[in-house]
Amino acid sequence: MNYQLEVSNITKSYGDLKANDDVSLNIKDSSIHALLGENGAGKSTLVKIIYGSLMPDSGEMKWDGSNYNPKSPFEARENGIAMVFQHFSLFESLTVEENIILGLDGVGLNENFTDEILKYSKQYGLDINPQQVVGDLSVGARQRVEIIRCLLQKPKLLIMDEPTSVLTPQEVSDLFVTLRKLADDGCSILYISHKLEEVREICSEATILRGGKLVQSCVPQEHSQKELAEMMIGKKLTELARSNINTGSDIFSIKNLSCPSDDMFGVDLTDISLTLKQGSIVGIAGVAGNGQDELMELLIGEKATDNDVLYFDGHDIGSLNSHERRQLSMFFIPEERLGHGAVPDMSLDENMLLSRPESDKMTSRDVIDWDIVSTFTQKVISDFDVQTPSGRMLAKSLSGGNLQKFMVGRELIRKPKLLIVSQPTWGVDAGSANNIHQSLIALADQGSAILIISQDLDEILSLCEQIHVLSEGRLSDAVDMKKDGLEKISQLMVGGESS
Amino acid sequence: MIKLIPRVENSKAMILLSPLLALTLTAVSALIIFIFILDDIKVSSVFFTLFVLPLTDSYLFPELLVKAAPLMIIGLGLSIGFRAGIWNIGAEGQYVIGGIAGGAVGLYFYNVEGFWLLPLMALASIIGGMLYASIAAFLRIRYQVNEILVTLMLTYVAVLFLSAMLQGPLRNPAGFNFPESRIFHDSAMLPIIWEGTRLHIGFILAIILSLVAWFGIKKHMFGMQIKITGSAPRAAKFAGFNDNKTVLYSLLISGGLAGLAGFFEASGPAGQLTPGLPQFYGFTAIIVAFLARLHPIGIVFSSLLIALSYVGGEEVQIEYNLPSSITQIFQGMLLFYFLACDILIKYKVVLNKTKD
Amino acid sequence: MNESLFISIIIGITIASTPLIFAAIGELLVERSGVLNLGVEGMMIVGALLGFIVQFHTGSPYLAVLAALLGGMAISSIFAFLTQFLLTNQVATGLALTLFGLGLSAFAGRGYTEETIVLIKAIHIPFLSDIPVIGPLIFSLNPLVYLALVMVYLVWWFLYKTKQGLILRSIGDNHDAAHAIGHNVVRYRFMAILFGGAMAGLGGAFLSLVQVPIWGEDMTAGRGWIALGLVVFASWLPFRIILGAILFGGITVLQLHAQGFDIRISAQYLSMLPYLATIIILVSLRIRLKNKTNRTVPNCLGRIFHSTS
Repeated sequence: MNYQLEVSNITKSYGDLKANDDVSLNIKDSSIHALLGENGAGKSTLVKIIYGSLMPDSGEMKWDGSNYNPKSPFEARENGIAMVFQHFSLFESLTVEENIILGLDGVGLNENFTDEILKYSKQYGLDINPQQVVGDLSVGARQRVEIIRCLLQKPKLLIMDEPTSVLTPQEVSDLFVTLRKLADDGCSILYISHKLEEVREICSEATILRGGKLVQSCVPQEHSQKELAEMMIGKKLTELARSNINTGSDIFSIKNLSCPSDDMFGVDLTDISLTLKQGSIVGIAGVAGNGQDELMELLIGEKATDNDVLYFDGHDIGSLNSHERRQLSMFFIPEERLGHGAVPDMSLDENMLLSRPESDKMTSRDVIDWDIVSTFTQKVISDFDVQTPSGRMLAKSLSGGNLQKFMVGRELIRKPKLLIVSQPTWGVDAGSANNIHQSLIALADQGSAILIISQDLDEILSLCEQIHVLSEGRLSDAVDMKKDGLEKISQLMVGGESS
Repeated sequence: MIKLIPRVENSKAMILLSPLLALTLTAVSALIIFIFILDDIKVSSVFFTLFVLPLTDSYLFPELLVKAAPLMIIGLGLSIGFRAGIWNIGAEGQYVIGGIAGGAVGLYFYNVEGFWLLPLMALASIIGGMLYASIAAFLRIRYQVNEILVTLMLTYVAVLFLSAMLQGPLRNPAGFNFPESRIFHDSAMLPIIWEGTRLHIGFILAIILSLVAWFGIKKHMFGMQIKITGSAPRAAKFAGFNDNKTVLYSLLISGGLAGLAGFFEASGPAGQLTPGLPQFYGFTAIIVAFLARLHPIGIVFSSLLIALSYVGGEEVQIEYNLPSSITQIFQGMLLFYFLACDILIKYKVVLNKTKD
Repeated sequence: MNESLFISIIIGITIASTPLIFAAIGELLVERSGVLNLGVEGMMIVGALLGFIVQFHTGSPYLAVLAALLGGMAISSIFAFLTQFLLTNQVATGLALTLFGLGLSAFAGRGYTEETIVLIKAIHIPFLSDIPVIGPLIFSLNPLVYLALVMVYLVWWFLYKTKQGLILRSIGDNHDAAHAIGHNVVRYRFMAILFGGAMAGLGGAFLSLVQVPIWGEDMTAGRGWIALGLVVFASWLPFRIILGAILFGGITVLQLHAQGFDIRISAQYLSMLPYLATIIILVSLRIRLKNKTNRTVPNCLGRIFHSTS
């Protein structure tokens, strides 16, 4: 058997943490190989080592049968390894063509390059306009730019880091067509994911990591999805279910909200209407960049709306800022943890003060009582199982999952009448995600209303009893799941896509 | 190879050690410079005059406190804005306007006695400084014009304005056309708190202001507001803080305090308005604020330290005929070293050997 | 208007605007790489002093200009080292550089305040320079004026016509992404800062080698700061620097001429004009943009880059 890449016994530590512990992995010629694992399982570290942006502490690699120790991404690319990053490494103010040229070593700025891009674009069905500025592109289109950038290097191994996490179902199936074609043309693909269904669909082999260690390499089709999940997660997760849904009267409504974006690259919101009842969990699905950020900004109160648009508990709240809204028992968890929901360079105690209902006495007449603040921090830490030595730790020192638990806890201990949360489990490990989902359900069961904005369709489907789709700044009516189901949602998600 | 690894928690030890290291490095550099430029004078005695004499000499020590007061007051105001990421670099201009405003009130009531005159002058100076800084605040809030450039340009304008005033309305009618105001009468002069020196009540006020600022930073939500705004602007919006108000308040506070310092200088050591009112305090206070890591109590110490370099610098100028600009070099160097040493707080410096 | 007055005004404008073009075009490149260096004033004054000293001792304008260039570069390397390797706050470090530069040049130049030098003269090309109006305006300027224009062109050419320029722009746009695809962020920024230093040094030298034959410790008089304003005014586009500098130069010359004519405003108020004009120019720019975000602003401007890998 010919292996394109052989990775043997790689170990990489950060201080006490072993990100990779004796990991091995072999990728066959012209195959699509899955690298499976939870967040924090060590996938990214391994991939960075292969791509030359990290050096392993020990272990070795072979490329095409000979020794391979890349010291930089340049060296990896010279050998024929290309990578599509999870958070795209694109430059928003530059054009597609400029972006592509930047990723190619030894290519200058010559005029005929446009044709070359269009050639690949046609060959692999990757629709793109080379002269467009990347900032104006949809997420799917940006990924196509990344892929073309990689293909132009004529790679023998293409690494794709969580490529489908931001795509619509239609874009996903288009991507799979492209990937199969590539593999047929002789390019191996290392496909990093935690989505088992996808892996079973297109990968011929899978390597599973957990906690930095190799669990197993196997053929994914030979295992059930459940078996793969258990290998990946290692323990069984509690099933989610809302047993009895008791909804009360209307508590929150959006009436014909329209708002042009301030940002050049932003999305204008058009005629959004929505009503939430007490005790209900409502979900807004949709692909990133369709107005989620803009909507969240208005719901939190970071930007004021007109009068007679937002109503909460009988109050017209359009002109209230977030602090004033909290006094009415509305609470918020934004998507971005570092820099939005939490201040990275401040302690957890200080971060408690970002969300501050005056009834809790953390401050009186704006004078802070630090004892009370840290009592609340301790409560959040213990009730929500936040792994941290103390409330004095800087927010940025916590892992994504722990910080998310802190942020969720900070809002939930207030027993909000309405919680608005964006991407509640983005980049969070499965265990923490499960905890967070359960606490959200518990909150709704006590009669609170919850609005979830999420790109994770599975999350929305499992938590929400009423689902809307946000596309190009417009919100659909609630989808009748019994009648139309998933297909309708997919259709709505793609509906707005212009390309 | 040297590597920097971010720490999970800021190093407590380094917060204290890094300024000391910076000081040591500055002293060593100063020594090297002296050895280079001083041929026949004893390096050690220059060193002594520069750094030790101001602390021990009974004339120089109170002078040191006199110089520290305006630095402390301006530094406090600037530190508040700097925490919020609002860069008022033109405190010198607000200081000059404050001095003119306070002085003009004093001159208007020339020879009028009354306990109310000094508070009135102080108030005028604060309002003058605030109004001047509010130009930058307005332009930033309304037009997103960078406050660094506006406050700086206005500093040049303020200095020219002072000169115009001293040749015009505020000129001493009996002053042989010199561009100077009358000498303030007693009611318009700050009370002296140390008999026989120039040390005035402004120093006490500066200390009180530092304590007030300390309380504000530590215990008041406004302190949190500016800190959060400076560190993560989106989080500040999430918390419900109005960023325009943060800009306005920080500039008003720093402008008002700079204006007050200008009045202290005019009604204290100067005793009149002269073209020599701007003493570069507004710029030096930037160094003061950074050396203190923007901490109000730290500012008390850093302003004393910088005042020491001023007084020492003047003394070596008189005794050894060395240029006073040497003070500025040391101040710049101190800030460089200090900024550089700060990396030890947030990062661990690791020497790692190349692997075989 | 009288022809010779017209010519002398135009030439006055080129003389007033050239130091700004030098300093601003250097800073433009620095800011395009994502670094904000507020030390322009300090670097200019060092350039002015070094140019003066070398001209005074050697009488060679070439050496003088070279010295100013290298001096600006040397002092900017402090900023580059601190911000790029020790990750210091760029605003604070830039201010420190200005204060340090002013102090250092006042100290080192204390022996030269009474001296005068021979200025660098405008060129004279036979025939061409003698053509009426066009001759003096186009073919008889100071050689450094031409150099400044060439530098603007070169910066434009570098940014838009070379791969390295594209990489530099990409680093200013998103340094993490640039690092991820393997470009050396720190090296590019270091180089850009040194270039900015060299240009500021040249701008300073123009003051002491072309404008006035003397040295004074406050001779930059805020021009470094005005240059920073020009970069904003130019929306980080090279050729607009020239436009901004001419506007500013025009105001300076206007003010000088107004002082010459017996206008009944005190000189101080006229001297305020360039500074007030800078503010007004910045405001008018924002009004024109109508609060829309500007796409040419480098996204990473002033942000600290530290690669964890």
